[in-house]
Amino acid sequence: MIPEIGHFALILALLLALVQSVLPLIGAQTGNARFLAVARPAAQAQFLFVVLAYACLVTAFLQNDFSVRNVALNSFSQLPAVYRFTASWGSHEGSMLLWALILAFWTMAVSVLSRRLPEDMVARVIGIMGLISVGFIAFLLFTSNPFDRLLPAPPDGRDLNPLLQDPGMVLHPPMLYMGYVGFSVTFAFAIAALLSGKLDAAWARWSRPWTTVAWTFLTMGIALGSWWAYIELGWGGWWFWDPTENASFMPWLAGTALIHSLAVTEKRGVFKSWTVLLAITAFSLSLLGTFLVRSGVLSSVHAFATDPARGAFILGFLALVIGGSLLLYALRAPTMLGSARFAAYSRESLLLANNVVLVSALGSVLLGTLYPLFLDALGMGKISVGAPYFNAVFVPLMVPVLFLMAVGPLTRWKGASLPDIVVRLRLAFAVAVVAAVAVPLAAGEFKPWVALGVGLAVWIVYGVALGFTDRLKHGSNLLALPRGFWGMQLAHLSMAFGIVGIALVSGYESQRNVKMAVGDTAQLAGYTFTFKGTEAYEGPNFHAARGHLVVKSASGSEFTLRPEKRLYNAGGMPMTEAGINYGVLRDIYVAMGEEIEPQVWTISLFYKPFIDWLWFAAALMALGGALAASDRRYRIALKDKATA
Amino acid sequence: MKPRHKKLLAIGVVVAVLGIVVMLVLNAFRSNLVFFFSPTEVAEGKAPKDRAFRIGGLIEMGSIQRSGDGMTLIFKVTDTAHSIPVTYQGVVPDLFKEGKGAVAEGRIGTDGRFTATTVLAKHDENYMPPEAASAIEQAQKAKATLKE
Repeated sequence: MIPEIGHFALILALLLALVQSVLPLIGAQTGNARFLAVARPAAQAQFLFVVLAYACLVTAFLQNDFSVRNVALNSFSQLPAVYRFTASWGSHEGSMLLWALILAFWTMAVSVLSRRLPEDMVARVIGIMGLISVGFIAFLLFTSNPFDRLLPAPPDGRDLNPLLQDPGMVLHPPMLYMGYVGFSVTFAFAIAALLSGKLDAAWARWSRPWTTVAWTFLTMGIALGSWWAYIELGWGGWWFWDPTENASFMPWLAGTALIHSLAVTEKRGVFKSWTVLLAITAFSLSLLGTFLVRSGVLSSVHAFATDPARGAFILGFLALVIGGSLLLYALRAPTMLGSARFAAYSRESLLLANNVVLVSALGSVLLGTLYPLFLDALGMGKISVGAPYFNAVFVPLMVPVLFLMAVGPLTRWKGASLPDIVVRLRLAFAVAVVAAVAVPLAAGEFKPWVALGVGLAVWIVYGVALGFTDRLKHGSNLLALPRGFWGMQLAHLSMAFGIVGIALVSGYESQRNVKMAVGDTAQLAGYTFTFKGTEAYEGPNFHAARGHLVVKSASGSEFTLRPEKRLYNAGGMPMTEAGINYGVLRDIYVAMGEEIEPQVWTISLFYKPFIDWLWFAAALMALGGALAASDRRYRIALKDKATA
Repeated sequence: MKPRHKKLLAIGVVVAVLGIVVMLVLNAFRSNLVFFFSPTEVAEGKAPKDRAFRIGGLIEMGSIQRSGDGMTLIFKVTDTAHSIPVTYQGVVPDLFKEGKGAVAEGRIGTDGRFTATTVLAKHDENYMPPEAASAIEQAQKAKATLKE
């Protein structure tokens, strides 16, 4: 009964989404106030019904209703309750419903938080988001119904893929989708501005907090995914340039460029049409990411099902959204050219440089991700583009971005003096060069990429510090500084932490694969690992061999690691759970391979210096985003209207 | 500077940056594309001798052996028509098993032995690497046409 209620709620949500899109868009074009007024209630009602549908799906999972195909394929009676809950988005159908739910949530948020905006603008934004809702809910109902029954019901489910039974996977998909779908708000604002012809500073100001919030969620989603890969895949890697990772990274790059160009458009009224194009790009790449990951085009854990009808639907939808918005852009943008005056050396020109390089980097990732698919589709052979390509292209491109990161915030709008900034940053440059030479030498081996990374990190930290002292000189205290300023500086500072982590872990990590019998010892990076054997233990839905390794550092401190080799009951799938000792300066990471003779195992030992700086950097970056989005001027905008 | 000159300068800078990017990309692309060959193609000598490539198929039943140190694996990858011996040093993925699909990346030696630097297997029980699947499909098709 409950699945049928969910199905019915989804049908009603589709109808409401149709109302939410058609009437307000017509109303905005014709000036019909009654049609405009439909936008908010329709969006809120649509949200309620999608929530109801999602609640029904979750109920089916929690109650182990294996007569629902989706539950039977992705859950298991012994699965712990928290994973039964997350299994609701562990499948293709469930994750699409989550997409629709989050889209409805964002639309509802717009409808509540947009009281200061002109009515026709709100109606257009909600209408456009409604059109996207129509596409996704129709996709669910016609090709990927999560409520399909399976009769007769199997006695038990096939279990959630064990790779997804991990704390990192609890939050990764919702965070990622909050980011992906959040860009639909910016997209809708851009399309609404194109439709109305009002592409002004107010439009940029409305778009900014939404973009920043979406970007913040996307940052957290990507970081959680990377952390998951690190602890769950058992190779100690944290980024593989895998197409599914690239699928989430491309919207992030576009979103980062968009945040910067929106700042210019709001403050100086330039780059307008470029900003609109980036808004369209960011959301298009979010859709493309969904398409790549969910349609089975890519071979990975994410590709749940290969169904040509789904692929055709998403491809058609993608073509409609991207093609339609670009066509509108081509028709409307030339009529709205603003003044494009700014000095050759100014904050505007530096932000332009930021955008050019970020978009180039985005293009190179796009090429490396899509080229193998095109070749394959054209029957011209199977190739893969590996990590070396991305590293060779992406890393050098990031160097100018990071270099300018220290310079940009210290440079004035409209025009600044190049000699002034050179004088101001002279000392920073010297300190950075000294650190770049000293740190790798202190670490024991000089590596040019480590030197470059450390130098850039110090350079950025110095720039951030100068930014704060500038503000403090003008008499304000730290806490009185606007949150937008704090947000920007923290996000920039987080890049310094991130680069240090990336440079040092890439430069100085070490690994050994060893065969160990009980009592054997192995050395790695000054640590002595002693294998004490394994013990059998029973998990809720798996049984495992749990290893016991005692690790002794050079200074004599000792700790124990307990890596596991699990065998899941439902599918008989083996899984490696790494044993990790976290530390500010290094992680010690151990993964068990195979038992080649009784109590003799192949074991991988990893020494990962500074890797936790990466996760810290991501958290700091997200904090920066949250601060920037909650800046006083956006909150005042809300409060004014509430009291008025 | 006149505005027109500024504009030209800006465009020049952008074009220069893009030029560098394109150069970087093409350079990296040329040297980092990894092509895929099926065991049959490798047996026919179609695979390059001087650069890394991927092979894929099923791991032949009974072919996995471990050398003395326990860390070197020797196994055969087959597309049911031909099989190629592979040497790999390291830890294999959880789902690396005889009779299951796998993809190996590495170089072929003069003795016809493939030395893998990476071995990829499936992510879950029901999934086969598409490259491995297509290699087997091709071999089956070739066999079928031979029989006719």
